[in-house]
Amino acid sequence: MIRTLKTFILAVASLLIVPLAATAQEPLRVDITQGHLDPLPIALPEFVSTGEDVDEMAVEITRVVTNDLASSGLFAPTDPAAYIEVIESVNQLPRFEDWRVIQSSALLVGEVSRVEDGRLRVIYRLWDTRLQEQMIGGQLTVAEQNWRRIGHKIADAVYERMTGEAGYFDTRIVYVAEGRSANGQTLRQLAIMDQDGANPYYLTDRSYMALLPNYSPSAQEITYVSFLDGQATTYIYDLDTGRQEALFASGGTGAASQVDPDGQSLSARFSPDGERLAVSVETRTGHDIHLFDLRTRSLERLTRHPADDVEPSFSPDGERIVFSSGRSGGSQLYIMNADGTDTQRITFGEGRYTTPVWSPRGDLIAFTKQSGGTFSLGVVRADGSGIERILFEGYYVDTPAWSPNGRVLLFTRGEPRADATRYEIWSVDLAGFNLRRLATGGMASDPAWSPLID
Amino acid sequence: MKIKLFAIAAMTAFATACASTPVEVEEPIPAPAPEPVAQPAEPAGPTAGSPEHFVATAGDRVFFGYDRHDLSAEARATLRDQAAWLATYSDARIAISGNCDERGTREYNLALGARRANAARDYLISQGVDASRITTRSYGKENPTCTESNESCWAINRNSITTVSRGYTN
Repeated sequence: MIRTLKTFILAVASLLIVPLAATAQEPLRVDITQGHLDPLPIALPEFVSTGEDVDEMAVEITRVVTNDLASSGLFAPTDPAAYIEVIESVNQLPRFEDWRVIQSSALLVGEVSRVEDGRLRVIYRLWDTRLQEQMIGGQLTVAEQNWRRIGHKIADAVYERMTGEAGYFDTRIVYVAEGRSANGQTLRQLAIMDQDGANPYYLTDRSYMALLPNYSPSAQEITYVSFLDGQATTYIYDLDTGRQEALFASGGTGAASQVDPDGQSLSARFSPDGERLAVSVETRTGHDIHLFDLRTRSLERLTRHPADDVEPSFSPDGERIVFSSGRSGGSQLYIMNADGTDTQRITFGEGRYTTPVWSPRGDLIAFTKQSGGTFSLGVVRADGSGIERILFEGYYVDTPAWSPNGRVLLFTRGEPRADATRYEIWSVDLAGFNLRRLATGGMASDPAWSPLID
Repeated sequence: MKIKLFAIAAMTAFATACASTPVEVEEPIPAPAPEPVAQPAEPAGPTAGSPEHFVATAGDRVFFGYDRHDLSAEARATLRDQAAWLATYSDARIAISGNCDERGTREYNLALGARRANAARDYLISQGVDASRITTRSYGKENPTCTESNESCWAINRNSITTVSRGYTN
């Protein structure tokens, strides 16, 4: 049965999904907790264009959706050359047999039009070709320059409908773009791009080194480690205005008085409420974990150990912090309460454990392990059981970053070349499948993955 | 596959040390001599008291073992020469940078590099150099002297480098 689409005039500019009611008794389902050796075949015919001025948009938006879904490894877009039925309207009832016969379990159709104020509107429907039912339908309206986001939003809607979990396609990634100056000096600049590699641009210039960015929960700001002042210093950077400042002046007063005035400050991560930062700061006895309150601008020292305590990361409930420390000899991972009490070691394996990052789902902590000549990307349970799983092994691994839904990890991967190690950003899913290189222009490292954009 | 190729290259470079055993990258090897620094081709050598003179007479860098920040006897000897030079040229100020090889993660190495710079600083202070003349910083693995992916390069990059400046006080 075809449902009538209601057209809403959207008073608020920007993006809005209007879900249309549709129920299926036994919906298609993609299980993302297991290794997805059997991705869901989905047909993605070119979206229908309602006018010459949106012909190209219809093609490009379809391409964005297709690339997003294929990149997840959970969906297998079927070959358009095999399509039998021509979709001429988003409102036509598909000939489901035509899609079943080419092994397309799901069918996404869409239609692109231009509304009176010049914005683009896309109406879409996702069909279950066996049950012959609509699984989701909706419409999105967006300013033309944000047309790619329509594609990402539709891909997120399909992902969520099929997996039962939020998608991660309408997101952005901040990273370190590595280049080389005329005199052979390595340049490291912060850059930002859409999750699929589109719309890249630099955030910092060539005059100083920038490392280790992290996103705020609002996606409005990042922290990073800047060498603008000559040595590693924690900076906070407003992505809307481009304004940036050192997080705190070294050698502060009060609680900060233990900070070595000549010391460095490293990678800062936000608390889930966005009000505090956990950061390792060099004190007179080494590096210790500190909390910085963004409202009171005060710095509180949480650890006091002669060994280096670095790389703090909050649990998603904000109650605890994981960090790496050399306090047992080699570097291992530890969890403490967010007030610095009750420290507990959570890794016990051979080798050096670094770069802990707490999963947005709370149950796992991603890490890098270095053992012998090999680096591994792994996850360990946060419950102290020490149970871990290795997702990738290679010549060099660093800086894991979780997708907002906690199902995919980005990480820095290095491979030796004749003149120097080559660094790229790769992704892998929690089951250790779907290893892919992120579409950065050149050498890249230190990914930070934004939350889903509103 | 690539690791194997790399291992073969490393074995060739250290054929005498490990001809028949797999390369064990965690084994520290003796620090190599500092790379020669470009010298002006004057027969008289660098001007006494210049930064080049410091490099030529005292040596500007000391080396550390893998994942270590303690000073070897050789490193202490170099730092004593640095302290003696700094005693002669008492208006000179120094910046010490700590560096690491690329076989460690980024933030870990920033912390380790700071430990190396601080180890050199503390020893210079123990040899009579006033703390107010010294600044330290860590570059972690970000400013390598040598970029190739092999143990001889990594050993060169595990260092602290002392840079002299004179003629101004700040």
